[in-house]
Amino acid sequence: MQSAGMICLFTDPDAVLKAAAELRRAGYTRYDVHTPYPLHGLDDAMGIKRTILPWLALGGGVAGMGLALHLQWWTGAVDYPLVIGGKPLFAIPPSIPITFELTILLTAIVTVVGMFALNGLPRWFSRWQNDPHFLRSTDDGFVVTIEAEDPQYHPERTRELLHTLGGLDIRTVNHVEE
Amino acid sequence: MSRHNDTHRHEHWNIEGSGTVTVDAAELREPLVEGKVSVKDVTEQVSRVVEGTPTKAWYATISVTSAIAGWGILTILYTVFTGIGVWGNNQPVGWAWDITNFVFWIGIGHAGTLISAILFLFRQRWRTAINRAAEAMTIFAVICALIFPIIHTGRPWLAVYWLLPLPNQMQMWVNFRSPLLWDVFAVSTYFTVSLMFWFVGLVPDFATMRNRAKNKLAKIAFTFFSMGWTGANRHWHRYEKAYLILAGISTPLVLSVHTIVSFDFAVSVIPGWHTTIFPPYFVAGAIFSGFAMVLTLMILARKLLNLEQFITLKHIDNMNKILMATGLMVGYAYGIEFFIAWYSGNPYERFVFINRAFGPYAWAYWTMVSCNVFIPQLFWFKRIRRSLMITWVISIFVNIGMWFERFVIIATSLHRDFLPSSWGYFTPTWVDVSIFAGTIGLFLTLFLLFAKFIPVLAISEVKAILPGAQPRHGHH
Repeated sequence: MQSAGMICLFTDPDAVLKAAAELRRAGYTRYDVHTPYPLHGLDDAMGIKRTILPWLALGGGVAGMGLALHLQWWTGAVDYPLVIGGKPLFAIPPSIPITFELTILLTAIVTVVGMFALNGLPRWFSRWQNDPHFLRSTDDGFVVTIEAEDPQYHPERTRELLHTLGGLDIRTVNHVEE
Repeated sequence: MSRHNDTHRHEHWNIEGSGTVTVDAAELREPLVEGKVSVKDVTEQVSRVVEGTPTKAWYATISVTSAIAGWGILTILYTVFTGIGVWGNNQPVGWAWDITNFVFWIGIGHAGTLISAILFLFRQRWRTAINRAAEAMTIFAVICALIFPIIHTGRPWLAVYWLLPLPNQMQMWVNFRSPLLWDVFAVSTYFTVSLMFWFVGLVPDFATMRNRAKNKLAKIAFTFFSMGWTGANRHWHRYEKAYLILAGISTPLVLSVHTIVSFDFAVSVIPGWHTTIFPPYFVAGAIFSGFAMVLTLMILARKLLNLEQFITLKHIDNMNKILMATGLMVGYAYGIEFFIAWYSGNPYERFVFINRAFGPYAWAYWTMVSCNVFIPQLFWFKRIRRSLMITWVISIFVNIGMWFERFVIIATSLHRDFLPSSWGYFTPTWVDVSIFAGTIGLFLTLFLLFAKFIPVLAISEVKAILPGAQPRHGHH
């Protein structure tokens, strides 16, 4: 049976940073570094492209603003025009608070939902989930994983590369029964 | 200069084995975490609380707080079945105890967002020790706050049609030009965004708990709530961006919420309420009261959960400085209100303020001034800012003072109307008092449940600021 990939442990933040950069240089694409907290500089080392999340958030904000203005204008001035205190049916100044709040609300919802969606979460299953290294990656270890689907993946060469980079306890991981 | 200090400090780090770090005694700044703490220690310390069985003290406390909350619920039911005539508010004091409590609780919530969002943007790294608990307090405080306006509608099961723009058989809409409706949107947005912010912060910690869980039920629960978080750096990348965006939008949000709450008063034409200083004054007061509550609970939690290493005297000192700064802003607002009342030349305006300080509610006014302005002046002394006992006592005074601030604003502005024939004096009934006590019970019960079942410290954030946790050279 073909293995699901290779996993190894690092305990030094500098070493894992260097390893990530070297893996990238060697042409690996389907690898990742699992860390208990975000490591500074790792995004650059792995060459991760900037996420489009801020643009999605902006879209959410614009949608929220548009929705709020439309809602207040349509209900107050079109669907059921009602003069209250001799004031105009629709005006910008009294519409600001709700417009502001809905802008924030939709920005936040799109940011959170978008972050999880782009990350492919929730997904209550991972090919690494039973490996002790993986369990340590939420505690105090830095864990490098390389998926077997990576074009550069090779059972011996990959192992050797990880070994020279200082990876500890390098081992292959088998597919987990889903 | 600071860059020089940084390099200097790095030279003293001595990294051994599994991330354990010894910090040289010549540390230039006071450390945020005391003693030698490794990344693993953080996991262990925080998880121990969640994984252990609750102590007798926990059971004892929660049975008292939930009994009080239960009494509050009974009195709410009594109110709903009888009518809000069982409360003490009546003409001319139509808003009284309930709205005081609403504003009080909303204010408490503001510290959480200030700590999680504003201090994050200002890169105040000491916030990591207290942000989780403070955000939890925000959510619980907003829940307590929401109870009051909803039951004040009298028929809460219909409130949803009065508060939200839902199509209904009358084909009418809510009044978007009313500050009360703005408040509905502000508070519900605040609650939703705070909850999401809190949850996003919790996801990596839930993953930590999931990977440690031995108990089957705990494993299922933590697996579910961790959303399948794997700590992959490609995920952290988007996660950090999302966190930054949330902090960025929560900052204007938290300033807007109490601004809009203050509009409930400032947009009216009642002397004593119709004041342009209200929005900044309310925001400062909210942060002031929120920090007081955070101190009250965190000093206790620090002791009971053995978090002395993480919540250090430096944290207490910093929080006391914020408490004093916002307290001075509130004091300034008290003063300027009197000045403007005099300067406006409006006799009604002048009367309200003189009546506030020297009328029938003078006792409430001077309680407020003493608790909020006079007593916190003790924090000018470093020894007092670093004394847990004195800080705790002062924080209680501030909690009391800030409740009275809202009471003074609401009740004293209303009780002596334009017509002396309609003057009155508000006194709460036993139902009023019971419902407020009930919300305190509810708040404490929720906080105790949180402290037991959810990591009280942001594990991943605390780890990231430990000395030696980050690469020394960065990426070049």
